[in-house]
Amino acid sequence: MKLELRGITKRFGALTANDHIDLTIEPGEIHCLLGENGAGKSTLMNVLYGLYKAEEGDILLDDVVQHFAGPGDAMAAGIGMVHQHFMLIPVFTVAENVMLGHEQTNAAGVLDLGAAREKVREISERFGFHVDPDALVDDLPVGVQQRVEIIKALSRDAKVLVFDEPTAVLTPQETDELMVIMRQLKAAGTSIVFITHKLREVREVADRITVIRLGKVVGEASPTATNAELASLMVGRAVELTVHKDPATPGADAFVVSNLSVVDPHGQLVVNDVSFDVRAGEILAIAGVQGNGQTELTEAIMGLQQRVRGEITLDGKSIRGLSVKQVLAAGIGFVPEDRKEDGLVGEFTIAENLMLDRSDGPPFVKAGTLQLNYLKEFAEQKSKEFDVRSQGITTPVGRLSGGNQQKVVLARELSRELRLFMAAQPTRGIDVGSIEFVHKRIVATRDSGIPVIVVSTELDEVVALADRIAVMYRGTIVGIVPGDTPRDVLGLMMAGEVPDSVTSPPEGAAA
Amino acid sequence: MSIQDAPLQHNHPDSLPPALEKTIVKSWKAPIAYGIFSIIAILLFVAFGREGVSGFRLSTDSDFVQIPTIEAPTRATGIVLTVLLLALAAYSAFLVSRNRPVRLWITVVFAILFLVAFLTWAAAGATIPVPGLLVGAVGLSVPLVFGALGGVISERVGVVNVAIEGQLLAGAFVSAVVASVTGQAVLGLISAMAAGVLVSFVLAAFSIKYFVDQVIVGVVLNVLVTGLTSFLYSQVLTKNTDLLNNSATIRLPRLPIPGLSEIPILGPVLFRQTIIVYILYIAVAVVFFALFKTRWGLRLRAVGEHPQAADTVGINVARTRFWNVSLAGAIAGLGGAYFTMGSVGSFNKEMTAGAGFIALAAVIFGRWDPIRATLAALLFGFASNLQSVLSIIGSPVPSEFMLMLPYLVTIFAVAGVVGRVRGPAAAGKPYIKS
Repeated sequence: MKLELRGITKRFGALTANDHIDLTIEPGEIHCLLGENGAGKSTLMNVLYGLYKAEEGDILLDDVVQHFAGPGDAMAAGIGMVHQHFMLIPVFTVAENVMLGHEQTNAAGVLDLGAAREKVREISERFGFHVDPDALVDDLPVGVQQRVEIIKALSRDAKVLVFDEPTAVLTPQETDELMVIMRQLKAAGTSIVFITHKLREVREVADRITVIRLGKVVGEASPTATNAELASLMVGRAVELTVHKDPATPGADAFVVSNLSVVDPHGQLVVNDVSFDVRAGEILAIAGVQGNGQTELTEAIMGLQQRVRGEITLDGKSIRGLSVKQVLAAGIGFVPEDRKEDGLVGEFTIAENLMLDRSDGPPFVKAGTLQLNYLKEFAEQKSKEFDVRSQGITTPVGRLSGGNQQKVVLARELSRELRLFMAAQPTRGIDVGSIEFVHKRIVATRDSGIPVIVVSTELDEVVALADRIAVMYRGTIVGIVPGDTPRDVLGLMMAGEVPDSVTSPPEGAAA
Repeated sequence: MSIQDAPLQHNHPDSLPPALEKTIVKSWKAPIAYGIFSIIAILLFVAFGREGVSGFRLSTDSDFVQIPTIEAPTRATGIVLTVLLLALAAYSAFLVSRNRPVRLWITVVFAILFLVAFLTWAAAGATIPVPGLLVGAVGLSVPLVFGALGGVISERVGVVNVAIEGQLLAGAFVSAVVASVTGQAVLGLISAMAAGVLVSFVLAAFSIKYFVDQVIVGVVLNVLVTGLTSFLYSQVLTKNTDLLNNSATIRLPRLPIPGLSEIPILGPVLFRQTIIVYILYIAVAVVFFALFKTRWGLRLRAVGEHPQAADTVGINVARTRFWNVSLAGAIAGLGGAYFTMGSVGSFNKEMTAGAGFIALAAVIFGRWDPIRATLAALLFGFASNLQSVLSIIGSPVPSEFMLMLPYLVTIFAVAGVVGRVRGPAAAGKPYIKS
């Protein structure tokens, strides 16, 4: 089926998310929609799927104008979507999720689960998915959940399948498998729209590439284009894809974690006997797919976890069991992975957010009173230093772009005297310009002799920044390897395998 | 069903993919709770045990099959039961020390033994009419079960229903007036449902359309209905009781079911009731079945768990919520009719007396499951009735203490004695489409 979008315009208040976008997807092609975070890709697809109503423009299927009042209409017309955040009910089984919305019932109105199971098995077999129709979705790994999403779309005879950032949650191996599935689908005649900001994937699988920037189509590219060409098209200027950093000059062991275990409220051992050390002036990256214990590890270090065993020492002193305030006072700077939830108070101004963790004494507070003049001066200086683009330091942080929000967090954490800097997912969901800035600051922090931990699920980021890489899988550290370890080795480790080349973790062997 | 018991067996590493290791955190909650109750049992039933003989009358005079009254020596029975309680407490401590789970049946057996011991102690020198105790318990439970069913439906679809109290009260008031004026019981019941639906409409409109905090709307609605019915009662109903609030026309007759009503103990309790109670039996079964086996139930639960996912498969979230909250109101309204048509016979100011909140507690205690919520409501009804029976036979327990029981049970339940309580994921959260 041929899908055509003509002049789609979608506004949110003053913001134009999509500005007269034209797009044609030919039958049986994989069409990549490439663009930065916030470029308007997902908005466009939500318009296509009937979740948003466009102010202007038409959607045509096989040259017939469509009017979608909601996702139900879009699905009936043959459009399926694999959402970035899976649209699955965790407490339902696979079969129940697949049948939801177009349930078959028998004469008495009872759900025909048998038919749904059969459908799941049939599609699952056709593409080699190995999905158990009676498994509870909550119990499935994300890679399998994604397949359930695909089955869901295919069970409604989708002719056009939209994948919205499908690789964000996958291991490199699962990503490869997804690429195979996409090609299979294409061979079966399905048109595919593949939304991503990852250049490597685009070049691997796309037949055609459309690049979107700031809500507009800025051009088409062929899959043979180089990374640099695609990146500059996406960002609008030449981009440095590598982070410039000199070799590390690590000093003594500064931060040591030994035999650390964390038990979550469900009684699960989410961090299992983890040991590593970070030396002054080096970056240790903690790689791994989301949900393998990295979050709990950072929280345990910060004193945010309740049931922690093992030892954490900073410069020879134990910090385990200290309160968060004491941990901060010990000189740990922390960029949490979810800046909107844990890093900032959205309603507060930039200035207020910059002093959030220092409200208990001079120089910001004297005799119980905020020192507003000092705060103003401080905030203006930091805003300039960290290139926070806003209308002023009294702008509520919630109104800033993701990149500028992250710069505020970074500015706050780096403006104290630090003995350890720990950043979790420091560039998640921010624009390329901000990514470059954040990376530069992290390297600069390392160069000033501070031990740095970067927790990231993005392999690109890990490889760009790390002097050494610790890979986490299911709560344990699979191995600690040098920063120049090949990607395929890291990929295997992220899936829990230890390649032969990594027989024993080279403790202390900095790259 | 959504509730699963976490498997605590060891995983076989070669047969399963590497699962997260499950550490078994020893939870001494259950043994400690049993221990405390055992100590209470020792103090109350043994150390300060009462002398005499406790009687339990199992039949009513009108029963076809007469069972003789059971008589037990108070202190001896107390000692035997206390020993059993201690044994159970020790057994649970043994299980925990061996990292084995303390199963639900132990709690159930422990609770029943403690209850029997307590009744024996309280009835020293007197006789407890067991059928009367149970009939009263069912009577007090009926509106609670209706309310809880309404609560389950409403919360399963994603709207926290604090307004159960208001729905009950509205149902009680309107059914009394309509039944009194028309003399038609059926019209009374239908109007009670309509009254509950009206209250639900307000709740649904504000919480679904205008995204007002559901708890606040619910609380305000309760206050509104209380005020409105009290005002109309004192200004209108009391001035023309014969026409508007006449118990002779309002009260429903009891309809014994031939055969079933002659079963010893159960017959008089379950099958000599009014039509409302029989409707209740059907309602519990139908709601349970429909919630888990039909399209309606699947969609309802989907909307309450993950409204956006439901939206993306073409389910209209707002409409689903609106009509199911209305349905919940109809069921709760019917429960309200029981206050007037089923038991008292006339409307009184604030006659629901917090039943809606106990129903809400039953929803949580019952983990949003219709059957469990029904059982919880029965338990709360039993606790309330026990209090009045004990005060009639002149037992030494202060009745205010017994009145606290449902709330105490709920606090323990929510605090996790019965396991982790987890409601529908999207309950209380408005679904805002951009």
